[in-house]
Amino acid sequence: MSDTVAAEPVADLLAKFSEATPRESLDHPAVNVPMKDAVAVLQWLRDEQSYDFLVDVTGIDWSETTSPRFTAVWHLFSTTKHTYIRIAADCTDDANPSAPTATGLFPAADWHERETFDLMGITFEGHPDLRRILMWDGYPHHPLRKEFPLAGIETELPDIEVADETQAKVISAPMMGGPFVASNKGEMNLTDAEPRAKDESWNEAKPKPE
Amino acid sequence: MVSPNTDVAFDNKIEGDIVISRLDAVINWVRTNSMWPMPMGLACCAIELMGTASARFDIARFGAEVMRFSPRQADCMIVAGTVTYKMAPHVRRIYDQMSEPKWVIAMGACASSGGMYRSYATLQGVDRIVPVDVYVSGCPPRPEALLDALIKLQDKVKKTPSLRNLTA
Ligand code: SF4
Repeated sequence: MSDTVAAEPVADLLAKFSEATPRESLDHPAVNVPMKDAVAVLQWLRDEQSYDFLVDVTGIDWSETTSPRFTAVWHLFSTTKHTYIRIAADCTDDANPSAPTATGLFPAADWHERETFDLMGITFEGHPDLRRILMWDGYPHHPLRKEFPLAGIETELPDIEVADETQAKVISAPMMGGPFVASNKGEMNLTDAEPRAKDESWNEAKPKPE
Repeated sequence: MVSPNTDVAFDNKIEGDIVISRLDAVINWVRTNSMWPMPMGLACCAIELMGTASARFDIARFGAEVMRFSPRQADCMIVAGTVTYKMAPHVRRIYDQMSEPKWVIAMGACASSGGMYRSYATLQGVDRIVPVDVYVSGCPPRPEALLDALIKLQDKVKKTPSLRNLTA
């Protein structure tokens, strides 16, 4: 039954927005839409299809060599139909990706969009206060982008006075052969229970083999 | 019989109230037994810090139950939790606002070394920005371990040449 309820808005959506295409999905119904239609689709889902709850706004970085590189993703939930729907839209500009803001439709979009901007670098046009939300103002990178190393990049501390006083920096912190996990063979013994790096061929003293 | 002149001679009434000691020892005794912590609770370790302060473990037994959220009234900053780079300058500023003498306990793996967060966002050990007196291992440390750290810190304070530092 849930399939028929779930499929219904997708068929209607595809009929109403001619440039929308179905999107492959393992769980909830999903639709690709062109970026210029994104807000109209969200509004139509909210007003006509009772998708009244914006669950999440996020983004995908498909890697530096792919174009379109960035995709913005919205997850909506209907509190009356109890179904989810996912809307995805590719950003047209790979260097300065942007998407229209949904803050006019859902107040909840505010912080979600700030987070997506902070970590992915997708600018939400028309957002009332698009500041970073997790990293500090002035942080020079967008850490969830593919080219950003997991260990981080050396930068200055957010506060210059404290940085001068302590000489501390934001340093890159490689995992040193991690993740550090206990043996997963199933049996418990105290020698193997101590978490250790899976790959001990490199660490602080020995550089990582190429 | 004429009684002796008590004004200038030995008076056992007064002598009973006099303790002869070194000033260092007295100052250290005062500091040791009423160390007011500044709870810098930043993550899960803070829950354990609260447990240490509560009835079962009762940090009051060691004179450190008066958690002060104003740095001006605190003696010992207990950094309990993950220090992010965004938070680090504030930790340092709060440390700067504490009046001397002051001490720091780095509680747990995160505060001591960054712990499991080897990441772009986490300070790799609070000792990069403030001087740490005692490190406590554990993720999170047991309350007993924090009490042990407090006792270790008290031992350290007892050995401080406080008088020299007073005049310096
Ligand atoms: S050391 Fe463990 S328990 Fe303590 S703050 Fe870090 S992750 Fe949480």
